[in-house]
Amino acid sequence: MLNSKTTDAVALGIRRRVFEHSIRNNGGYMSQACSAAEQIAWLYNEELKLGQPTLPMIPKPFGGVPSASNPDYHTGAGYNGPAAPQFDRLFIAPAHYALVAYAALIEVGRMAPEGLDMFNKDGSSVEMIGAEHSPGMEVHNGTLGIGLSTAAGLAWGRKRRGEPGRVWVFMSDGEVQEGQTWEAVQAAAYHGIDNLYAIMDVNAQQCDGAMSSVMEVGDIRAKLELFGARAIDIDGHDLDAMRQAVAEPHDGRPLIILAHTSPFRGMSFLERRFPRLHYVRFKSEQERVEMNTEIARELGVEPVAYGEH
Amino acid sequence: MVEMVSRPYAGAFEKYAVANPEVLCLSADLTSSCEVDGFRDRHPDQFISLGMAEQNMMSFAGGLGLAGFRPFLHTFGVFLYRRPYDQLMASVAYPRRKVRLMGFLPGITTPGGMTHQAIEDISVMRSIPNMTILETGDATEVESICEAADSIDGPVYCRVLRGSVPRLFDTPIKVGEMRELAHGADVLIVTAGITTEEALRARAALEASGVSVRHLHLHTIKPFNAQALLDHIASVRHGVVTLENHVTEGGIGSLVAETMADAGVGKRLIRLGLKDTYAHGGSKPYLMRFYGLDALALTRGVESLIGQPLGISEDDLDAARVDAVHSLVKAEAL
Ligand SMILES: Cc1ncc(C[n+]2csc(CCOP(=O)(O)OP(=O)(O)O)c2C)c(N)n1
Repeated sequence: MLNSKTTDAVALGIRRRVFEHSIRNNGGYMSQACSAAEQIAWLYNEELKLGQPTLPMIPKPFGGVPSASNPDYHTGAGYNGPAAPQFDRLFIAPAHYALVAYAALIEVGRMAPEGLDMFNKDGSSVEMIGAEHSPGMEVHNGTLGIGLSTAAGLAWGRKRRGEPGRVWVFMSDGEVQEGQTWEAVQAAAYHGIDNLYAIMDVNAQQCDGAMSSVMEVGDIRAKLELFGARAIDIDGHDLDAMRQAVAEPHDGRPLIILAHTSPFRGMSFLERRFPRLHYVRFKSEQERVEMNTEIARELGVEPVAYGEH
Repeated sequence: MVEMVSRPYAGAFEKYAVANPEVLCLSADLTSSCEVDGFRDRHPDQFISLGMAEQNMMSFAGGLGLAGFRPFLHTFGVFLYRRPYDQLMASVAYPRRKVRLMGFLPGITTPGGMTHQAIEDISVMRSIPNMTILETGDATEVESICEAADSIDGPVYCRVLRGSVPRLFDTPIKVGEMRELAHGADVLIVTAGITTEEALRARAALEASGVSVRHLHLHTIKPFNAQALLDHIASVRHGVVTLENHVTEGGIGSLVAETMADAGVGKRLIRLGLKDTYAHGGSKPYLMRFYGLDALALTRGVESLIGQPLGISEDDLDAARVDAVHSLVKAEAL
């Protein structure tokens, strides 16, 4: 697809959409937009090789779960284009980043803005925790730590079939606390799965607060390298750093880009909520009004005119 | 109007743990979601943060059990048995460690979709030797769950309600018993957890249409008092309807079916719950309607049991409570 916007503009658009959505809905995964906007924007707007969407711009309602009696079942992967050999595939491993991913789909013209209005609405496929039937999703990743393994398996299979397309995973740093993440890296290295790529949002946050106050994970890059991956630390808000990192040779090894980020980038007001940033719900109408004014100013938009929600 | 209690687990756990120093509070990065954030802040020496690493937490708890502690594990129900199932078996259940598994957001009480909805936990736990299973259905049961769980000489899995919880009962859980909430003679309704409130909503309409209801609420699912259930079945004319926030395989519907079959009871049984399906994300009232877990579904079940239409519609049922999507009693939108 032709990208009509700069990646910077897409990243800003993601923050604006998540901000507006959260103000309207009295809360949301705002800090994830702050930390991950550049990464998801970069993936969708320039790095991923994807075909035209195969699903309607306005998402269909929830169409049932997989079962023998539901022959029309399909995932939301069609928003990323067809699963053709030459195209890349993307998994959003921490499925609570769905709001950010949906905003990105809109920014790059793969989903209509109405899609976000359906977020977390009863009967909608645009689920809060991205389900495999949600736009842009191909598998369920709400149970954290399984994404990289799925991607490694798909990448192995595509390599075996001689497909040129790569497999990308967007990961969160909380996932390195799960043992499965390390099993995935170990297997990918052992089997030389170098068509596997990940970018990890290292925002040093998790549900309970700062990761250092919950479970210290130490030097992720050094650990990943010891487990056999090629891993690179970058400033996760620096698009040029991403462009350079992805060019890093990594023969026979997966490439994992560690995007070190700030969970209040672009919405400085959120810093006042540290260390409880995982899900931002306004503590009072006063705070909502303040955030609406301050963050809108920082993002260069008008405050959201919201009704009674 | 039913009384609503805010975060009953928070205060109950703190009170119980403070009085019992061998109790430890374990958490896997869902501390405020499981209402133990205040406890963590006030009693850091009794709190162990284990990060988002449930497999390790499970075997770690087994080790704490070996050291004479009684760890209470706090996370969403799904994360206590799906990922760490092997650890649960080897480190906790087989050696009968006194590990207390506090499973929050049971069944479809979370909008988080398939990965967050513990819809087969009772089935899994029932098939684990040495396991005890308790389920809370109101604030009083949540308030008494710590003491009840900790009275078990072995591991115990609890389905715990959180946030704003209705108060339906005025006596605590007595492990091994069941609550008899109505004493009628036509149909026996068996519920547990959130489905009990649904049965209470349906009762007046059922009575008004001439059905005499006997209603049992189960807080102890394993071990189970089979004879008590059989006595109740013997005192109703038609048979039994079960309604559960769970798949109909392996949960309380199966429990009742097995009890009846074992005793050779020849009455009919209608099992309501998730019918061999996963659920998806959505609000609790929506999901209860979509998957047939609510008061209306129960009245349909009763109709099918007695073989005659009752003409009950939504308007005839007591009003459903609608929880606020955003409320200060919840840590996030989940
Ligand atoms: C296996 C598993 N355990 C627990 C959770 C609940 N949970 C959701 S997000 C999260 C951690 C959030 O940290 P991170 O993944 O780094 O995301 P971020 O802080 O960037 O939002 C947890 C514990 C889960 N989804 N899956």
